[in-house]
Amino acid sequence: MRLGKQTWRFEHDLYIQSTGTCAGPLEGKGPLGDFFDKKYNELHCGEKNWEAAERKLMREAVDICLKNVNKKPEDIDFFMAGDLLNQTVTSNFIARETKIPYLGMFGACSTSMQTLALAAQFVDTGYADSVLVAVSSHNATAERQFRYPTEYGGSKPNTSTFTATGAASALVSQTPSSVKIKEATIGRVIDWGIADANDMGSAMAPAAADTIERHLKDTGRKPTDYDMIVTGDLSSVGSPIVRQLLWERGIDISEMHHDCGLMLYSPEQNVMAGGSGTACSAMVTYGYIVNLLKQKKIQRVFICATGALFNPTVNQQKETIPCVAHGVVLESAGGE
Amino acid sequence: MTRLNDVKNYKKNIKSYHPKINYFVNGLKAFVIGGLICDLGEAVQKFYVTFFDFNEKTAGDPTVATMILIASLLTGFGVYDKIGQFAGAGSLIPVTGFANSITSAALEHKSEGIVLGIATNLFKLAGSVIVFGVVSAAIFGLIRLTVNNLLG
Amino acid sequence: MDFLWAFLVGGLICLIGQILLDVFKLTPAHIVCSFVVIGALLDAFGIYDNLIEFAGAGATVPITSFGHSLLHGAMEEAKQHGYIGLAMGIFKLTSSGITSAILFGFLVALIFKPKG
Repeated sequence: MRLGKQTWRFEHDLYIQSTGTCAGPLEGKGPLGDFFDKKYNELHCGEKNWEAAERKLMREAVDICLKNVNKKPEDIDFFMAGDLLNQTVTSNFIARETKIPYLGMFGACSTSMQTLALAAQFVDTGYADSVLVAVSSHNATAERQFRYPTEYGGSKPNTSTFTATGAASALVSQTPSSVKIKEATIGRVIDWGIADANDMGSAMAPAAADTIERHLKDTGRKPTDYDMIVTGDLSSVGSPIVRQLLWERGIDISEMHHDCGLMLYSPEQNVMAGGSGTACSAMVTYGYIVNLLKQKKIQRVFICATGALFNPTVNQQKETIPCVAHGVVLESAGGE
Repeated sequence: MTRLNDVKNYKKNIKSYHPKINYFVNGLKAFVIGGLICDLGEAVQKFYVTFFDFNEKTAGDPTVATMILIASLLTGFGVYDKIGQFAGAGSLIPVTGFANSITSAALEHKSEGIVLGIATNLFKLAGSVIVFGVVSAAIFGLIRLTVNNLLG
Repeated sequence: MDFLWAFLVGGLICLIGQILLDVFKLTPAHIVCSFVVIGALLDAFGIYDNLIEFAGAGATVPITSFGHSLLHGAMEEAKQHGYIGLAMGIFKLTSSGITSAILFGFLVALIFKPKG
């Protein structure tokens, strides 16, 4: 059922039946390290190049997610996945291995909630019984594709974000578990004229503000109806901006706002403004937030994953960075 | 009060949300590290003058080559990017930064093969430096030569 | 004394680079290219040689000396061969630098693995 203009309220009881998360070295040592299923001590993850390492992360996350509920890839109806690399190559290759009918998706760092929202939609409408979603990102593959070679000595400004290394996967179905998927809000692409690739937080904040505002309007809720409103990777720069943008529009989220990019790392870890990357919001959501919901520590959370739809070529042609944010509401269904 | 929501001036208004750049500390770091790298060059040069058959003028070539070797190795060991993040322009401007840009690009593309990876991408970052160097030297040379010829 | 001047002049050149980076928000590539052009320009007026005389490695190690050497080699050859000499001599003095950068870059890439 559609609420307002951009929000879906799912009519059936949909659940995150299982999750799997895989973390790189820095993420594993971060404050949420204990919540990840598997951690690697080095960036290559035992593979011969960065791209293979990222595939390994996603493969492991998918395997863990399925194993948790004793499922095989054949049992799953559809696979929706995305990552940051060109042609979403990591996801394509994992789909080649699992042989589950596959939809590759790209929404930059918002892909985590884009895949989850659509998976829920598929299951809700009865087009699928179970949909597997997965996303991944890797610091070195992203650095090398979007910025400079990893060993290049050019210094990064302190507004820049740090692409998280890791992968996360979730299984969506109507089989009851302790985490319910209630609603999803699909975002509009917003571009307020930021062109600086080293300042993604400022570029994405207006998109996050737009989606959060629309979501609250569509559902008729107040921010206080949520225990947490979580943005994807706005970092220490974009987080205060989104709070201010919304505050000026009469919405005060300062009480319950968190940012995955700031949750994933501790302040001592040298990640400039904070974490980013497709895996950032997904690891925090499927690793940590789902756990909080399971334990009933929180009741309702809105996860608003933010994506900077950045392209190095057109950026050098002086184009600005369009951004999008998609949100999903998760609720605790009790249990455990 | 709706200041930050002013789309036209958003870029300007968010400046106060950006972390302050510590110009002094950054400048000091660049100055000290850059100075130390030059001192290392001075030491290498003195070494070649003292122990080999070089004079002050000809020692420049082996000195630069040695600095480049050191920078390439530091890049290979994964140290130069750490120095770079700390020192900023201090390790970018010396010739060691030039060597780092070549080695890092070559190293990064190793996984795509020796010909299409390493060799093709070797000058990915350093190419612009050579292009601007050659073009500007050619233009300045042309002007100076013409002026010299005209003045007889 | 040589070390002091090398440190001060070399450090100062890097400090200018840092100011361009922080205040004028230029990319590393733009800064390094500008410095090479400035080095060539200073040599066109015969200034850079004085700087080397004075600061030694403080002037030969920064990338500005690359621009200086390019023009210097070109002008040396131009003395004998005129305009054709410009093209003949441009890499004359920088040959060892470029050769070692290519060679060591290539070898290091063959041996090492990127650490990230």
